[in-house]
Amino acid sequence: MATVEIRDVRKAFGSTQILHGVSVDIEDGQFVVLVGPSGCGKSTLLRMLAGLENITGGEISIGDRVVNKVPPKDRDIAMVFQNYALYPHMTVYQNMAFSRKLAGAPKEVMDQEVQKAARILGLEQLLHRFPRQLSGGQRQRVAMGRAIVRNPQVFLFDEPLSNLDAKLRVQMRSEIKDLHQRLKVTTVYVTHDQIEAMTMADKIVVMNHGRIEQAGAPLDLYDRPANLFVAGFIGSPAMNMLAGRIKDGSFIDGGGTRWPLPPAHAGRDGAEVVYGIRPEHLRLDPNGIQARIQVVEPTGSETQVTLRIGEISLMGAFRERIVANHGDVLAVSPDLPLVHIFDKASGQRI
Amino acid sequence: MSSTTTGWVRPKIEQNWLIRLLDWKPFLIFICLLPAIGLLAVFLTYPLGLGIWLAFTDTTIGRSGRWVGLENFEFMFEDPIFWNAVFFSVFYTGVATIGKFGLGLWLALLLNNHLPFKSLLRAIILLPWIVPTVLTAVAFWWIYNPQFSVISWMLIELGLRDTNVDFINTAWPARWSLIAANIWRGIPFVAISLLAGLQTISPSLYEAALLDGSTAWQRFRYITFPMLLPILAIVMTFSIIFTFTDFQLVYAITRGGPVNSTHLLATLAFQRGIPAGQLGEGAAIAVSMIPFLVFATLFSYFALARRKWQQGESND
Ligand SMILES: Nc1ncnc2c1ncn2[C@@H]1O[C@H](COP(=O)(O)OP(=O)(O)OP(=O)(O)O)[C@@H](O)[C@H]1O
Ligand SMILES: [Mg+2]
Repeated sequence: MATVEIRDVRKAFGSTQILHGVSVDIEDGQFVVLVGPSGCGKSTLLRMLAGLENITGGEISIGDRVVNKVPPKDRDIAMVFQNYALYPHMTVYQNMAFSRKLAGAPKEVMDQEVQKAARILGLEQLLHRFPRQLSGGQRQRVAMGRAIVRNPQVFLFDEPLSNLDAKLRVQMRSEIKDLHQRLKVTTVYVTHDQIEAMTMADKIVVMNHGRIEQAGAPLDLYDRPANLFVAGFIGSPAMNMLAGRIKDGSFIDGGGTRWPLPPAHAGRDGAEVVYGIRPEHLRLDPNGIQARIQVVEPTGSETQVTLRIGEISLMGAFRERIVANHGDVLAVSPDLPLVHIFDKASGQRI
Repeated sequence: MSSTTTGWVRPKIEQNWLIRLLDWKPFLIFICLLPAIGLLAVFLTYPLGLGIWLAFTDTTIGRSGRWVGLENFEFMFEDPIFWNAVFFSVFYTGVATIGKFGLGLWLALLLNNHLPFKSLLRAIILLPWIVPTVLTAVAFWWIYNPQFSVISWMLIELGLRDTNVDFINTAWPARWSLIAANIWRGIPFVAISLLAGLQTISPSLYEAALLDGSTAWQRFRYITFPMLLPILAIVMTFSIIFTFTDFQLVYAITRGGPVNSTHLLATLAFQRGIPAGQLGEGAAIAVSMIPFLVFATLFSYFALARRKWQQGESND
């Protein structure tokens, strides 16, 4: 177990700059999720942590030791790859025991460690199978077993669940979380799925185009997104964002509709802003803004409604069950303390 | 629902004898296999059968022979030249195969790394294989020539030797020279085939092994080699068969000499059968290669039998 410190790390492939100075502090035992759209450099950063890519600039330290020049095998980390990278010609047992065998561990010790990891992951019955004889979820578990046997200071996961079907993904998500709570090993986990990030992380790092947009606890990111990118990325269904200006203590959207404004922002008359409100923070309110219903999607626990106000389309999610037709009128109003205001030019929260 | 399904009656199709015959599976299989069987019979089975039959006759060129039973083989087994050819065929195949696979694997591993001018290097490496064998043989014949050898010339110019090197005028140097020529010619096939095999190994396996703490040698020993084994076995079987039945290189460079010391079974069979006219004897020598080739094929059959880890079904 160890802390991990990433200080102003840069990466270029040839002349293409991929990471533009990324800094993350990871505490001992923390579960950190790197999340961001495809191509933003998450895998690259993880592979730099593992030592599989060299570091163009900046510094990475694991447990107070700068590892920029330390080869992968001496970094005391274990990685679970997206495609699992199980050795196809070795049985589950041999796959899990491989690192111990290379280290020259005595047979009994190796046996004990593999059995222990197999017990944790429920793989005891599968030890003599080859990877091809396993289901996707079982392979996933073997890949984790291989990492556990290493008993590393840091676990690295690169989109480990993306090859699984939706149901198994939810199950493995909680298994990984449970495993982390039992072993308490510092973990860095890459995903592009914000739900995975929200449910698993102690700390989320949102990346975009090789930069960190915001880092913090999941609910902090949900409650106070630092900019439009994070606001749009975290939360499902995504936040509604209306462009417009502040006038006479309220917000006027592009279609001229008047929206209530949190009192703190009332003074900024004339400012061009973006008004953000999450679908679940719209309320049914007979005195609210009149909207036309486009689509009603009941999920059982809530009802998601696509609404139209003038030319603007937005999403609402309501606890109430709504029975209505296309074109019916629904009056809604935002939950005022939960409205987010962003500067239109910079995209930053104000 | 049920009334509609039971109410449907299959329309009666008029079945004449031809339709019924073509619907009969054994006949269909026979018809479909016929072209392939025909080709095999004309171009493989007939020559092979003829060769085997000739081996039991005393046919010479210009006179059809009589059945003589095992006489050709009895003569052959007492012939020291035949045993010499058996020895040299096995030795030639063994040493050349080791040489080809050692150097070929080494080249393939080199080419599998990131090298500058990689594609150019690959093209160059294929060259010895693209050149027709006879051209190779002629080139080596000049290289090994007792008077005009370029190697001798260089060594003398460099002051390392006073006299020309004896490449093919005594038995052992001639044997080694032929093996060297065969290795030179065989490396590209091995290197390119193994390179293709290496490229099917996922780089993430090496990354995983790197994190598992392996050294370069351990990655070769535990990842590369076992995963290359299936293709290695195929390539090796082919290489052994081609080397064992080699003819052109030896015939063009030494004609089996000096004093029959470099005869392979193929060159000896040709020598006895065509220039010397003893078709029966030549055929017997050629037939004696069959057990060796069957052995090589069996080797491939068992070595290539899909390994358990390659199978999809669980069968533990
Ligand atoms: N070896 C390489 N050479 C050149 N460019 C590369 C290389 N590896 C990655 N890149 C580029 O770096 C950028 C970041 O890649 P990376 O794999 O880190 O993305 P990612 O965030 O993991 O995306 P995904 O969610 O799709 O896996 C991409 O634009 C990619 O094209
Ligand atoms: Mg990635």
